[in-house]
Amino acid sequence: MEWTELTALELGAAIKKGELSVREAVQGALDRIAARNSAMNAFVTVTSERALERAEQLQAGVKDADSPLYGVPMAVKDNICTRGVPTTCASKILDGFVPPYSACVVDKLASAGAVCLGKLNMDEFAMGSTSETSFYGPVKNPWDLTRAPGGSSGGAAAAVAAGLGWYAIGSDTGGSVRQPAAHCGVTGLKPTYGVVSRYGLIAYASSLDQIGPLCRDAADCAAVLDVIRGKDPRDGTSLDGQYGNLISGLTGDVRGLNIGLPVDCYGDGLNGEVKAAVLAVADALKSRGAEVVEVSFPVMEYVVPTYYIIAAAEASSNLARFDGVKYGWRAQEYEGLRDLYCKTRTQGFGPEVKRRILLGTFVLSSGYYDAYYRKALQVKAVIKEAFDKAFQWCDLLLTPVAPTTAPRLGESLSDPLQMYLGDVYTVSANLAGLPGLSMPCGFDSKGLPIGAQLIGPHFGEGQLLNAAHVFQMDTDWHKRVPKGGGPA
Amino acid sequence: MRWETVIGLETHVELATRTKIFCSCTTAFGGAPNTHCCPVCTGMPGTLPVLNRKALEFAVKAGLALNCGITRYSKFDRKNYFYPDLPKAYQISQLYLPIARDGAVSIRTAAGDKTIRIRELHMEEDAGKLSHDPGTGLTRIDYNRCGVPLIEIVTEPDFRTADEATAYLEKLKETLQYLGVSDCKMQEGSLRCDVNLSVRLMGSGELGTRTEMKNLNSFKAIARAIGYEAKRQIKLIEEGKRVVQETRRWDENMGATYAMRSKENAQDYRYFPEPDIPSIELSQAYLEDLRSAQPELAEAKRIRYQAEYGLTEYDSRMITSDSVLARFFEALVELGAPPKQGANWIMGEVLGALSARGMEPKDMKLTPATLARLIALVGDGRLNRNTAVKVFEAVFDSDGDVDAYVKAHGLEQVNDDGLVRETAARVLEKHPQSVADYQDGKEKVLGFLVGQVMRELKGKANPQSANRILKELLTQ
Amino acid sequence: MDVTPELVEHIVDLSRLELGPEEVRGIAAELERVLGYMDVLNRLDTEGVEPMSHVFPVKNVLREDVVVPFPFQDWVGLLAGAPETDGETFLAPKTVE
Repeated sequence: MEWTELTALELGAAIKKGELSVREAVQGALDRIAARNSAMNAFVTVTSERALERAEQLQAGVKDADSPLYGVPMAVKDNICTRGVPTTCASKILDGFVPPYSACVVDKLASAGAVCLGKLNMDEFAMGSTSETSFYGPVKNPWDLTRAPGGSSGGAAAAVAAGLGWYAIGSDTGGSVRQPAAHCGVTGLKPTYGVVSRYGLIAYASSLDQIGPLCRDAADCAAVLDVIRGKDPRDGTSLDGQYGNLISGLTGDVRGLNIGLPVDCYGDGLNGEVKAAVLAVADALKSRGAEVVEVSFPVMEYVVPTYYIIAAAEASSNLARFDGVKYGWRAQEYEGLRDLYCKTRTQGFGPEVKRRILLGTFVLSSGYYDAYYRKALQVKAVIKEAFDKAFQWCDLLLTPVAPTTAPRLGESLSDPLQMYLGDVYTVSANLAGLPGLSMPCGFDSKGLPIGAQLIGPHFGEGQLLNAAHVFQMDTDWHKRVPKGGGPA
Repeated sequence: MRWETVIGLETHVELATRTKIFCSCTTAFGGAPNTHCCPVCTGMPGTLPVLNRKALEFAVKAGLALNCGITRYSKFDRKNYFYPDLPKAYQISQLYLPIARDGAVSIRTAAGDKTIRIRELHMEEDAGKLSHDPGTGLTRIDYNRCGVPLIEIVTEPDFRTADEATAYLEKLKETLQYLGVSDCKMQEGSLRCDVNLSVRLMGSGELGTRTEMKNLNSFKAIARAIGYEAKRQIKLIEEGKRVVQETRRWDENMGATYAMRSKENAQDYRYFPEPDIPSIELSQAYLEDLRSAQPELAEAKRIRYQAEYGLTEYDSRMITSDSVLARFFEALVELGAPPKQGANWIMGEVLGALSARGMEPKDMKLTPATLARLIALVGDGRLNRNTAVKVFEAVFDSDGDVDAYVKAHGLEQVNDDGLVRETAARVLEKHPQSVADYQDGKEKVLGFLVGQVMRELKGKANPQSANRILKELLTQ
Repeated sequence: MDVTPELVEHIVDLSRLELGPEEVRGIAAELERVLGYMDVLNRLDTEGVEPMSHVFPVKNVLREDVVVPFPFQDWVGLLAGAPETDGETFLAPKTVE
């Protein structure tokens, strides 16, 4: 095996032992980006010079480093602010925006010795499930360049899968970490709402957004989350996870763990190959001593509409600040203030963003608020309750991540409603603020990766990661490497 | 009078916190444009608001003082609209669960006493400042004020006259200043008022169509605007026309209100719960602590000054009209000054000196200790009142040392009866005609003779002693 | 529900966007379809359910009232990324009368 195929923890250990320098690791990643990114379009910005400079600085501290990720090259989704480096949300309207601050996660990772290689492509403002709505063009799936990598953290998933970095930081509002992780064959985690500070994450839907890692395996996810989690005084909704060090929690023991299979998640609309692969996860964990129970989750038909009403409403407000006055892009020609607003926003936002702004404005507008927005907040309470009930019977839930494997490029955009429905398995964890993990559990007949999702109760990250870790001890789906996007 | 005016007030008050409501920028007034700003208060993407503990405390204190019920579980909401002074394009405010509700304020006008009901008090953030640049024809945007904490206090439509509205605002200002939650400076915009006004036939139970007037930045402007707008509406109705529900701007120079463009009237603010700020849950203990720490307000002080210190109602009202003055008075009393004398000094010399200098009580350097010392010297008979006034003038501006000044200028009162008797004898010798007049029963010449003795002794004699000794000598 | 072009135009206006007549019709049809799908929520009886805005009870997160100026640097000052400034204020087309 090439050292470019090591996990982040393995690479960190190799750097610590002096088997290779930080610079070699960074240069290796930059070489792979140079060779493969043009085919995949995973990066919006590559910060080669900064990364190499940083590698030199870090090398001196290798001996004293106490972070297991010290010196490991990684990349950040482009909706996460990086001081002095353009942050675009893959939108024209933020063209030229260079934030004077870094997101909390970026600061924390820097303190742990991470080397940032650049900013990752995504759906514009994280609105999309395919990473095709980017102003900078679609991301392509390294397993099949004619297919989408999933979204919205598609650049992140594709980059990690193709070895353009050892891990990536994404964001997940309705599945945006977990679903691209599944489509690209990597492991992704959306933590409990609040466990990772949102300071510096450009908001899509504030009550649902959560930052999470995309990695080569569950152990790496644990290591990254150990670095980025914790209460941040700049984010009032952040909190300390009620658990200790996550890496040391990977005991490899799942005896007595109760795994719930929500029967409502395995019905119509689920691709047969996906279903079989996900159910095989239950069998694998069972053979390690876990117990599997069927549970009821009778709210599946409500989760997507509830999610889209709430997310669109918040988005319409969060994206109102992009008006061509304070930062970012401004329309060239306009007459007066109102026209400046309208022209800048109309030309600066792509069609999917505008679609959601309009939907969100509608559901909040006078006369429709109660019927849509308020109703959705009520259903959200019902969905939360359904989870509480399910967790009376089990420790975590096993579900598919997406109904199918990666779609062909262009296939989804033609029918927005159909695309929204594809989020059916992931959005409920966001609505209820629960942790959700996506991991590779097989391949379909087209050679595309299949993902399985584990959802836990609040602060259940430890159990999710340990269960995934146990599964990955017995399987090697997560070790498969795509050959797409040019020479490896 | 056939018509009755019905008025409700919405008052925005800036809270006197050091930092803004959701970030750590200073709230200091002035400053070069856009220097009291950060990514949070200018709405840069990815930034988040975190509530200022003091702003919450001040809002609750104000609510308690206005006799409101405090909302134990409250939240913030977003009010969405596009305007360049609002960098996030939404204002964080409170619609559904304001921090305080259902209060009452009693006011007094020439027409009598009245209670004004407070509908609600909520917290929100201030907007930035726009100014027109005539050179370029563009609008300049300064976000220094953006994010300064405000409370908005909304009354029921309980006012019937401009007098009542003014009395309420005076009372509100006095109360908030006493609490220390706001300095209520209208000229710096820290107290701003919108007026909702309608008219109806006397005796009618229904409310007429109301207009809202904005941009009122003095009590005088508010009174004038109410007068103008009531007349305008009455005239419309009497001409058989309709009052349009709209927002109108007061033009101070024209002395008139005019309608704002209809686009600005057609608003749909799309309020929804602010997801970035967790809810506020106030414990009984928190409220009790604040309640017991509430300072005594002007009304209570006025009553106490009369009952406890025997001050007149007028003096009590004057002294309590300013919290600094009231604190000054109470400190005097605590330092041992007889309350009535303390009050006399404040009403006379202190207010006189302030007004002569065009100063506010809070700008005064003179400390209660200095004035208390002066009063004590007069009380001990070591300084007479007239001399004391001179000393007061001398020490007022820099809070000088009374004892040092008296000593340096040899002003201590002559309490040596022998010296006064010697001097009095000499005066009587010089003024035989006066002596004769006195003995003829013209007793008022005594005053003249006392004056002469005081003059000989350069004003340092105790006038009572001079009086007594002169009488003794004249009747011998 | 019936989504009329007038309703769409109103929403477009509130959102400060511009759509041509063709686009308005397209959005109206699309919105009608999406909202029709969302009507599924009406099958669920939520009478008496408290709307849940915050998913779990973090509360009373407060900051101390201490001034901390933001450490801007010349190359990333507040105005550095603005489309139009006069060096000390942001500039917008005429707004105030």
